[in-house]
Amino acid sequence: MGLEIFNTFILLLLVVAAVTSLWVKDLLVSAVVFGVYSFLMCLLWAEMGAVDVAFTEATVGAGISTVVMVATIFHLRRKSND
Amino acid sequence: MKLLSLIPVIAIGVLLLWAGQDFPKWGDVESPASKSPVSSHFIANTGVDTEVPNMVTAVLADYRGFDTMFETVVVFIAGMAVIAILRGSSVGRPRRKDHEVEAEPDLIVTNTVRLIVPVIQIFAFYVLAHGHVSPGGGFQGGVLMGASFILIALSWDLEKAMSRFPIERCLFVAAMGIVLYGGIGLLSMMLGGEFLDYAELEKILPVSREMARYHAMLGVEIGVGFTVASIMFVLYANLASEGRLKQGL
Repeated sequence: MGLEIFNTFILLLLVVAAVTSLWVKDLLVSAVVFGVYSFLMCLLWAEMGAVDVAFTEATVGAGISTVVMVATIFHLRRKSND
Repeated sequence: MKLLSLIPVIAIGVLLLWAGQDFPKWGDVESPASKSPVSSHFIANTGVDTEVPNMVTAVLADYRGFDTMFETVVVFIAGMAVIAILRGSSVGRPRRKDHEVEAEPDLIVTNTVRLIVPVIQIFAFYVLAHGHVSPGGGFQGGVLMGASFILIALSWDLEKAMSRFPIERCLFVAAMGIVLYGGIGLLSMMLGGEFLDYAELEKILPVSREMARYHAMLGVEIGVGFTVASIMFVLYANLASEGRLKQGL
């Protein structure tokens, strides 16, 4: 029962994080929220017992790809009309 | 336009959710993945064949070694592509950014990083070398190692990190990683087996066939770790400085 609540909570947060990262105007915020999404995914995988995948997600998904995205966003100049 | 593109997105989302009902339940022992002869073969034989307790590493580095080798090559090519695209792309253009901040490296940040980087690097080696027994392996260890250099670049500047790990050395280490992986594969071929058939290495190692596979997997993981660590840093260094390899963010 406890796990059920945990899973539902994480899945709801995942949806919130996914929608937020699409919704926000600032790309920097979007990238950071995407990192949050990765960490939630990592929690979910760890809970399912796929610790190797969770580890990879935590290092690559949440760590490196957030840093790479932030590094790229810092060099963007063009403004979008959306 | 925004509303128009929303229609296919919602349509595909509904289709995916509808198709998702066919998935087996979480932890279902009757699901195709759990019932297939492939998974039961690995569960039954990994310990006998290779003496590696962590089944994931055994499948990744031994049974599916060819796949992992070219995954490493893909990482290497990604780094090469970023260098090829960015090098020289910003020559002559003035350096102008929206988020420009000029400041000295912060005292608290740099001293924290000074304390934390050795711990990260030792943990990276632990993850790399312990990938057989506990979760971890070449990719995770390599990424951690690369992240420690990125942390240095973030808290000081790119020059500081590149004085520790110059880009030329990065590329050399990355190529050596693949050479190490392919070399172990070729070595087992020369000793009479097939490509990446590590068990043949027992002829030059003073261990049994099973332990030869165990140790060869460690060698292969070290190769993966080399490539991943240096390519991660190369990616960051190039992206953060638009290929100039100066100053960074």
